[in-house]
Amino acid sequence: MIEFHNVDKEYENNVRALRNINLKINKGEFVFLVGASGAGKSTLIKLLLKEEEPTAGRIIFNNMDITKVKNRRIPYIRRNIGVVFQDFRLLPNKTVYENIAFAMEIIGAHPKEIRRKVPMVLSLVDLSKKASCFPDQLSGGERQRVSIARAIVNSPPVLIADEPTGNLDPDTAWEIMKVLSDINGRGTTVLMATHAKDIVNKMRKRVVEIHEGRIIRDEQKGGYGDEISDF
Amino acid sequence: MAMRFRIFRNIMKQGFQGMWRNRGMGLASVSSISAVLLILGVVLILILTINNVVLETRTKFDEIQIYLEDGLTNEDYDRIENTIKNMDGVLSLVFISKEQGLEMMKESWEDDAYLLEGLEENPLQDSYVIQLIDIKYAEEIVPKLKNIKGIEDVKYYQDVIDKLMLVANYIRFGGIAVIGILMVISIFIISNTIKVTVAARRREINIMKYVGATNGYIRGPFIIEGILYGIIGAAISTLLINFGYEYFFQSVNNRLYLLFTVYLVPPSLLVKDIAIIFSAIGVGIGALGSIISLKRFLNV
Repeated sequence: MIEFHNVDKEYENNVRALRNINLKINKGEFVFLVGASGAGKSTLIKLLLKEEEPTAGRIIFNNMDITKVKNRRIPYIRRNIGVVFQDFRLLPNKTVYENIAFAMEIIGAHPKEIRRKVPMVLSLVDLSKKASCFPDQLSGGERQRVSIARAIVNSPPVLIADEPTGNLDPDTAWEIMKVLSDINGRGTTVLMATHAKDIVNKMRKRVVEIHEGRIIRDEQKGGYGDEISDF
Repeated sequence: MAMRFRIFRNIMKQGFQGMWRNRGMGLASVSSISAVLLILGVVLILILTINNVVLETRTKFDEIQIYLEDGLTNEDYDRIENTIKNMDGVLSLVFISKEQGLEMMKESWEDDAYLLEGLEENPLQDSYVIQLIDIKYAEEIVPKLKNIKGIEDVKYYQDVIDKLMLVANYIRFGGIAVIGILMVISIFIISNTIKVTVAARRREINIMKYVGATNGYIRGPFIIEGILYGIIGAAISTLLINFGYEYFFQSVNNRLYLLFTVYLVPPSLLVKDIAIIFSAIGVGIGALGSIISLKRFLNV
């Protein structure tokens, strides 16, 4: 599904964010990406989303070398990757329903299809009753669930979550993890960057740890790791 | 196909929305485009009028007058007449003696003719009026005429036409310069207006990028917004120019300055062309303004 081959990333200010990254994520896996701030987690995600270009190496997604993809084609790659952020990024002037429908509208989905799928993902994240609420009427956990629903409404094979529980209290964080776990159970590959030690330790999923731009640990059913400085 | 249509409809909808939400700045954009096009219209009409004057002058004055020296013999007259008649492009040749000339002058001066009574001798010269087949022969014939012995002076209206053309050129260049500057200003104003829309929709754009909206889908609404400003500006200026020129034309006509009216382009002939030119330029300015602002502020 996702393969990094000898990927280097050096930013223009000579910061070497990633060094010789080799990583293979299979279809249907759930992978935690851990490491201190500035270790390179975000850079790795940005490379996958083609927000940044690697300095060297190849990145294969869906059997396609996305480092060779033309700019014009980037949107079509992103349609195969759902993204969830720490800060939710919902549109404040649209209802929950509209926020999710928006993701379908912009790729030209049929209105019928929109009317069918939006309630479906809303029930998946257990928010059917809040469909006509605006984001500021929701709790943090509910907002994050909306953003997850939006990320998966176009049925991408991969879901990337960048610190999805970062702004949430522990109980709410577990709610989100349950949703992500469910989605993973339905066959979607999930890659989640996180600082949440607790969650990583309890979930017992594959853990990839990055330190100063290198992968220093790749463990099935791993834990968070002790050396990572928390803040 | 249906998908493309839905996408297109979405883009249009957002473009209109952007314009509506942005109407304060939009007004500035529309006014600046209207101003550019109004000035363009005035310059255009001036140039067309001058072109008309030139054309009219050409057809009316396709004749050359030559004035002869005093004291020529009959042989001289014959020689001159024959030489001229053998030239290319000469349609006819009419001799006007200085006595005839004076009579004609008296007739045309009408009531003021008594002023001519006091003359001690006829101040005029014998002359020929040469009708040309076409004014284009004038350039060739005039220098030859000047070389004929016995001819003192050659008059024709190329000079007048040249001067008119010169004035027309000045207006043309001046107009183009002014229009060019104003266009740049309009493009700048529009790009600023679009910037405001872009900023207002920054969040939305960001999300659109992540969900996989194409660049065209993201840029589309802004370009539509710019084009709408252009179209509205063009419509306003077309109406103003039409009414303004119609009014001007009518008032000139009413006062029976018929001589002048001949040179004016009738408004009905102008409407369609002006509308087409204005729309094209308006749309161009609008689209360019938004594209420029998107280049700088929308890193998609």
